Amino acid sequence: MTGAPQLSARFRGRLGAFALDVAFTAPARGITALFGPSGCGKTTVLRCVAGLQRLADGHFALKGDVWQGDGAFRPPHRRPIGYVFQEASLFAHLSVRANLLYGHRRVVGRGAPETVRFDEVVGLLGLAPLLARAPLHLSGGERQRVAIGRALLSQPQLLLMDEPLAALDRFSKDEILPYLERLHGVLSVPVLYVSHDIAEVERLADYLVLLEAGRVTAAGPLPDMQADPALPIARMPEAGATLPATVERFDPHYGLVTLALAGGRLLVPGNPEPPGTPHRVRIAASDVSLARTPAADSTILNVLPTRILAAEPQDGVQVMVAIALGTDGSGARLLARVTRKSWDTLGLAPGQPVFAQIKGVALADPGGWTRGPGSL
Amino acid sequence: MLAQPILLTLQLAALTTVILLVVGTPMAWWLARSTAWWKEAVATVVALPLVLPPTVLGFYLLLLLGPHGPGGWLAGWWGGHSLAFTFPGLVIGSVLYSMPFVVQPIRNAFEAFGDRPLEVAATLRAGPVDRFLTVALPLARRGFLTGAVLGFAHTVGEFGVVLMIGGSIPGQTRVLSVAIYDYVETGEWGTAHWLAGGMLAFSFIVILTMMTLEKRIGRTGP
Repeated sequence: MTGAPQLSARFRGRLGAFALDVAFTAPARGITALFGPSGCGKTTVLRCVAGLQRLADGHFALKGDVWQGDGAFRPPHRRPIGYVFQEASLFAHLSVRANLLYGHRRVVGRGAPETVRFDEVVGLLGLAPLLARAPLHLSGGERQRVAIGRALLSQPQLLLMDEPLAALDRFSKDEILPYLERLHGVLSVPVLYVSHDIAEVERLADYLVLLEAGRVTAAGPLPDMQADPALPIARMPEAGATLPATVERFDPHYGLVTLALAGGRLLVPGNPEPPGTPHRVRIAASDVSLARTPAADSTILNVLPTRILAAEPQDGVQVMVAIALGTDGSGARLLARVTRKSWDTLGLAPGQPVFAQIKGVALADPGGWTRGPGSL
Repeated sequence: MLAQPILLTLQLAALTTVILLVVGTPMAWWLARSTAWWKEAVATVVALPLVLPPTVLGFYLLLLLGPHGPGGWLAGWWGGHSLAFTFPGLVIGSVLYSMPFVVQPIRNAFEAFGDRPLEVAATLRAGPVDRFLTVALPLARRGFLTGAVLGFAHTVGEFGVVLMIGGSIPGQTRVLSVAIYDYVETGEWGTAHWLAGGMLAFSFIVILTMMTLEKRIGRTGP
């Protein structure tokens, strides 16, 4: 990552009984998720980045521009940020339009270039019917969309999002996620995204910073992190890998889409889409089993040659295995959860070639993960 | 004859309210947002007139404003020898006496919306003064309305303090409540009726207006 524009953060200090000691760097593009259990300090880190919280021993720089460090501290209103709080926190005394323009007026009005336009945000977030309304009369999901729009319109160079979906019900969450995915595709603003929901992180994030008890336990690109069997996220029941894939063709006879990913192809039930359409696929570790030989008489469609990278015993019964697609093991990485008994019986070991039998693939679609049938 | 005390009362109440809004707003802001351990002691001093008998407050004010207190020294600047039994003295007394009725509602209003709206405004590039003017003041407007109305009405209605430090000098310190007292004392019940009835109507209208306005603001704002 050296040479590439990045953000670097280091914050150390005590807040009451809580001790924070974090340091990480992340790319200054795409979505970086700060992930960890409640109370691990994610929100505090975000508040420190915004300047809302001030720890004396801290340093933050975005693309070489130092916001805090060496005794200097830029107050929040002098930082080019957009902040989306967990609760939308709209100004109750202003209309939706005036809320949206609050930051915009102060930034563009002072001569800063307008890279995010009002009409663009209104269109992107579907805010047109809400503009004249008062925040009081909006639903939770609508409010959060306005809050996101308001933050974007302040022309941020860094967008900070503190669990923007956590206070919403399932329905409102599903309403907002597609908007966030669209933003991700359209805008070039880097995002720091705080979440304790791994499904959200897997759908949105490119880069992952893992936090635990006020410390960074690991940081790296999402696929690498997911495929590391030693990390705590691999111990979660829903552990798995999220991979970028593109549509290759559609078989109308069986209703199956062929997706290409690094080092292999997958057949997934889906709808006709033009070749080249990008998707995010998620393969749960519990949906992957390993075999020494490709079973020709199985109902499982997706059997791919892979190579074992690493293995990590879990709870005495199971083993989490990291594998990479391709006979040479140079492709995308997956996780497979197998029993220790099978692991020993087959005599598996890192470096060996194996066949991965993939029983289920989920596609990240607007509205949620659509999971393929268990047995293809 | 009737107009003089009415006019004087309105002058006193209006001036007191304006001074209290100017002085009380920063005070309420500080009380609402400061983390100083001794701020509740300050809040208590501000609230004292709520429980002190007006004569106690009047007695201390008399010492304070009289020829041997700072009031006498202050009056020396323009050739007087005391602020007691003068209109300026009455204003000072009214400001102190009505202060809790203005500061408390504004402080409550500032506290009610918490830190969040101000933090949001800061992340949207609003500086401290900008945040105060465009977020804190509008969000607290209900508290300002309540404070202003209560401060005004309370000043109109004060009697004990006024009598102690102002006496009853026509055109100077003889406000409505004192005038009614005088008319009753001298047996002019008819005049007293007119003034007392007027006060009753005034108080009713003030409270009714305040409640109606509060309700309306409550519908559109926080």
